[in-house]
Amino acid sequence: MRLINRSPGRVVAFTLVALPFAATVIAYAVASHYRRLENPADKLLPSLEQMGATFWRMAFVPDRRTGDLLLWVDTFDSLWRLGIGVGLATAIALVLGILIGFLPHARTMLAPYVAAISLIPPITILPILFIMVGLGETSKVMLVTLGTAPVMTRSIAQAVIDIPKELVIKAQTLGANTWHMIVRLVLPQVLPKLITAVRLGLVPGWIFLISAEAIASTSGLGYRIFLVRRFLAMDVILPYVLWITLLAYILDQLLLMLSRRAFPWHHMQGESL
Amino acid sequence: MSEPVAETDALPKLAVRNVGKSYGDAIVLERVSLDVAPGAFCTIVGASGCGKSTFLRMLLSQETPTRGEILLDGEPLPGEPTPDRGIVFQRYSVFPHLSVEDNLILATEFERSFLTGRLFGSTRRKAREAVSETLEKIGLAAARKRFPTQLSGGMQQRLAIAQALLKRPSVLLLDEPFGALDPGIRLDMHALLLDLWQELGMTIFMVTHDINEAFKLGSRVLVFDKTRHDPHAPERYGATITYDLPLDQKTRATVPEPEQLFGTAEARPN
Repeated sequence: MRLINRSPGRVVAFTLVALPFAATVIAYAVASHYRRLENPADKLLPSLEQMGATFWRMAFVPDRRTGDLLLWVDTFDSLWRLGIGVGLATAIALVLGILIGFLPHARTMLAPYVAAISLIPPITILPILFIMVGLGETSKVMLVTLGTAPVMTRSIAQAVIDIPKELVIKAQTLGANTWHMIVRLVLPQVLPKLITAVRLGLVPGWIFLISAEAIASTSGLGYRIFLVRRFLAMDVILPYVLWITLLAYILDQLLLMLSRRAFPWHHMQGESL
Repeated sequence: MSEPVAETDALPKLAVRNVGKSYGDAIVLERVSLDVAPGAFCTIVGASGCGKSTFLRMLLSQETPTRGEILLDGEPLPGEPTPDRGIVFQRYSVFPHLSVEDNLILATEFERSFLTGRLFGSTRRKAREAVSETLEKIGLAAARKRFPTQLSGGMQQRLAIAQALLKRPSVLLLDEPFGALDPGIRLDMHALLLDLWQELGMTIFMVTHDINEAFKLGSRVLVFDKTRHDPHAPERYGATITYDLPLDQKTRATVPEPEQLFGTAEARPN
């Protein structure tokens, strides 16, 4: 059989999934092992045990100075900023996206504006935000919002435009006014795509969050890894990077589950990653 | 009401007066004129790209004529689609995010709830009960909770037709509604459509590319074709109605060959 017509069985599939991950871990362990043979105090590639011990300490041993469980405080602060930031961006994207996609006047007025705004590199806004609203939570949340809202808006507007004309016409022949069509046709049609937009928006969202925390913060996952960088504390940085990746993955999968649960009709139409 | 009554003959249901449609330099339709009596079943045939779907979209107010005018009950057509003209498309005709029964109560919901376009609780339950008879008639009673993607093509189009008739439109427009269906299913759909036409007496316009279907269903067959043809500039001339054939029991039996209806322009020496 041709390669494209063969698909892996259960065991093979599991092995294939695990293979690149296992290879990475093994390659790291080997490299770390040989570096520590030369210099037992090597800081660049700490052993897996050492990283595990550090991670345990960050998670379950209160910090000597503050008495906090640092990992959980950092995680909570970062997720809160990310949640508020991306949440606001989602609300903006939904409202503006539907206006731009559905109402010709709004499209004429706002589409070029949003397109222009979305081209501003968001990180260049950060100093402006620091000057205007200070170094507090607002500037970090706003960076995440400003960084993700324009692209999300454009993808929602496109999703509204992509609604088949036939459905819009049909709704009108059933006596719908513009508002009826927004709440009964456009909104349900774009909500699954809004979830997709949030999942894609979370990727730059994390980048802007970590950047803002790295530059001016006193807590958060990004703050921590940039803080301990000064001490070459790879045993903190590497587990934190994995932890951030895991959090991002869990958020993504939760959103996918929500989409499958809430919009079964959408997922019947085809495979979604 | 399939036979037009004498007094309504004075006022055609639909009058098309010298209508033309062009997109930029491309002329699609030209000098289309037509009077249609109430209760007529007009089938529209023609080659691909001859503007028959454009004509239907103008009847729906989805597009506006470049010149000429279309009168419905003596009044110019409104500038946008309205509930007095129902439509069934070949695809995307029903709402994929609504179950079968919710597709059928949607018009009621729009009518009864100005603010949310949605009914809740007992009013919604009553509205769903009210469509049971319709569901029975179109054979979807068992599938009332399913989503359109879970239905076969024929079931989807039965739902689309039922939905298009919810507002009791006096004109029903069908744009190749059975084009994607199997021949057997198509025959069932013909029977359903003729039943509904007899029962409700609306005026029907149906675009089809199947001449047999056009002659079987229609009380009048309209053929769209180009009468003038410039081989160097194929977009220079638009199509118009080249044949307007009223059908009765006798003429219906003899379906002409496609060559007899189409290709007049090509056959003519330049």
